[in-house]
Amino acid sequence: MSQPFAKLPAWADYGLLPLINLIVAFFVAGLVVLLVGESPIEAAVLMVKGAFGTGDGVGYTLYYATNFIFTGLCVAVAFHCGLFNIGGEGQAYIGGLGVAFVGLGLGDTLPWWIVFPLAIVASGIAGALWALIPAWLQARRGSHVVITTIMFNFIAASIMVYIVVQILKPMNIQSPETRVFGEGGQLPSLGWLLNAVGLNMRSAPLNLSFLVSLIAAFLVWVLIWRTKLGYEIRTMGFSPKAARYAGISEMRIIIIAMMISGALAGMMALNPIMGAQHRLQLDFVAGAGFVGIAVALMGRSHPVGIVLAAILFGMLYQGGAEIAFDMPNISRDMIVIIQGLVILFAGALEHMFRPTLQRIFHGFSLKKDQTAPVIAGGGQ
Amino acid sequence: MESFITILQLFDSTIRLSAPLLLACLAGLYSERAGIFDIGLEGKMLAGAFAAGAVATWYGSAGLGLLAAIAVSVALGLVHGFASITHRGNQIVSGVAINFIAAGTTVILGQAWFHQGGRTPSLPNTARFNAINLPGAETLREIPIIGPIYFELISGHSILVYLAFLLVPLTWWVLYRTRFGLRLRAVGENPAAVDTAGISVPWLRYRAVICCGILCGVAGAYLATAQGAGFVKDMTAGKGYIALAALIFAKWRPVQAMYACLLFGFLDALGIRLQGQTLPLIGEVPVQLMQALPYILTIILLAGFIGKAIPPKAGGVAYVKER
Repeated sequence: MSQPFAKLPAWADYGLLPLINLIVAFFVAGLVVLLVGESPIEAAVLMVKGAFGTGDGVGYTLYYATNFIFTGLCVAVAFHCGLFNIGGEGQAYIGGLGVAFVGLGLGDTLPWWIVFPLAIVASGIAGALWALIPAWLQARRGSHVVITTIMFNFIAASIMVYIVVQILKPMNIQSPETRVFGEGGQLPSLGWLLNAVGLNMRSAPLNLSFLVSLIAAFLVWVLIWRTKLGYEIRTMGFSPKAARYAGISEMRIIIIAMMISGALAGMMALNPIMGAQHRLQLDFVAGAGFVGIAVALMGRSHPVGIVLAAILFGMLYQGGAEIAFDMPNISRDMIVIIQGLVILFAGALEHMFRPTLQRIFHGFSLKKDQTAPVIAGGGQ
Repeated sequence: MESFITILQLFDSTIRLSAPLLLACLAGLYSERAGIFDIGLEGKMLAGAFAAGAVATWYGSAGLGLLAAIAVSVALGLVHGFASITHRGNQIVSGVAINFIAAGTTVILGQAWFHQGGRTPSLPNTARFNAINLPGAETLREIPIIGPIYFELISGHSILVYLAFLLVPLTWWVLYRTRFGLRLRAVGENPAAVDTAGISVPWLRYRAVICCGILCGVAGAYLATAQGAGFVKDMTAGKGYIALAALIFAKWRPVQAMYACLLFGFLDALGIRLQGQTLPLIGEVPVQLMQALPYILTIILLAGFIGKAIPPKAGGVAYVKER
């Protein structure tokens, strides 16, 4: 007879269980490191040193984390609505188009503090529109949003190659990218922030969009837990039947949630394009949309968890680049493995350790109070 | 005559390009018909291709490579099964995880073992599945129309291509004419009914996942040891997802799956052929459009303009025995 998943104390559910899953994921990753003949502990030390050892290391870590906060929030908002948006990659791609149009069009004439808000809006709208068709297909035709968003990732990649290579690329540049934006299309660095806490950041591309991502995380928290719309989204996620019974329009909520999700993914483009390279390079998303899945699962779809998980993955990205210097057998692809393992253990296998944990907690509560009614544990 | 041969060559490369799609698509069919969604076709194919390339390099045998590919791919399939059948995890999340694990591991291990930037060394012909010339292909070649068709189109593929196309009637037979197939379809539509009949739902689904792993392994081995000569980083390049699209396009039926894979293979072959060429009236067709076409067609299908694609009813839902 199968066991129901009974309730654990909140701290175990939101703290202990994800931690166990994370440790197992890193343990398996360590085995892969052993397999290629390097020491996992040494690798871990190098990684942490590379990520937090210098001011530039911290700058890069937070720079990558910015991308992952946006894409993690993107996946999380859809999760709350019971949807799995794998299309963050494509939505971020198209979002980049919005940033590029604003940056190329207005960057030469207007100051950055006017261009930036416009770019935020443009990237959000572009990402949201790219999520609209899958959302509509899900809401109206019931075609699975996972499948359609995967397809839209590929379509977005094709469109972007075409637009960048055929239309936006200046004649005198070989690589697939636009020209460099004017002054107004470049965001100020956040070096002063790190310098203020005693870290010396010189060349790391940490920029203003990091703060924007934190604001976005806060706004998502407000949206999901403090507004009527957020309540409706969560209701839809918990039980579409209950939502329908409560008079919530399924179509409207699915479309709104997916568009918010797409907009968040689109805004990710601000960081690499306006913040770091000051031009649209073809592969600027570089898998961040997919990292968002791992980040959202690890952060349990809560903005605080997402920010922490994003910083962890930023550390992996930056530290991973540093490891490659000392351990040539370990390249950045190691991160892809870790990402996959985190998704596996924190996502698909999140219930693996739960019954064991329940049994342990059940045992504790029995010892404390022999007469307590049996709530946790199964076997009935 | 000249254009006739050109068209034949186009169809020939269509067959060659659709074979891996077809294998992966049928793999997905077994799994999804049993109610286990599988986004991880791509990852299993990729891992299989790497295993085939590595083992064929070490032992110089394409057959051993194929076995290794199947073993690795089945192992990943069992991970998917463990997560989504035994632990009732989210099937899509699990599939995504497998894709990442495969993408990362193949490059890391490839670099550590072969030091060629994630690829395996180029294989000699003795360690590959080579083209088989069917009997009489050379002699019949001179006969007009039929001769060239037989020579160009039907003869001269590797054994795995023939296997892929033979698997279509075989899968049809298994699915619709055997007890296993009936139960497989039932467990994807209504697992509770299968359970009531005293048949183990998990075991049935595990067998479906294993079938899926075997076929994905063959698809991977085809890429690395038949179509190519060795493993190349990210060599599946989205084929697993196109196979998934073909599966939806075929509405989860084997014969239609073959047509869908042939269509997508044809688009691929045509795209390669048309690269940089200008067509009368239309002008130059962007390569990107040809690459995106399978996905666009699937979206149009899903939008309900070309019939309606209804997935197996219990697909994506873990089975919970009644409490």
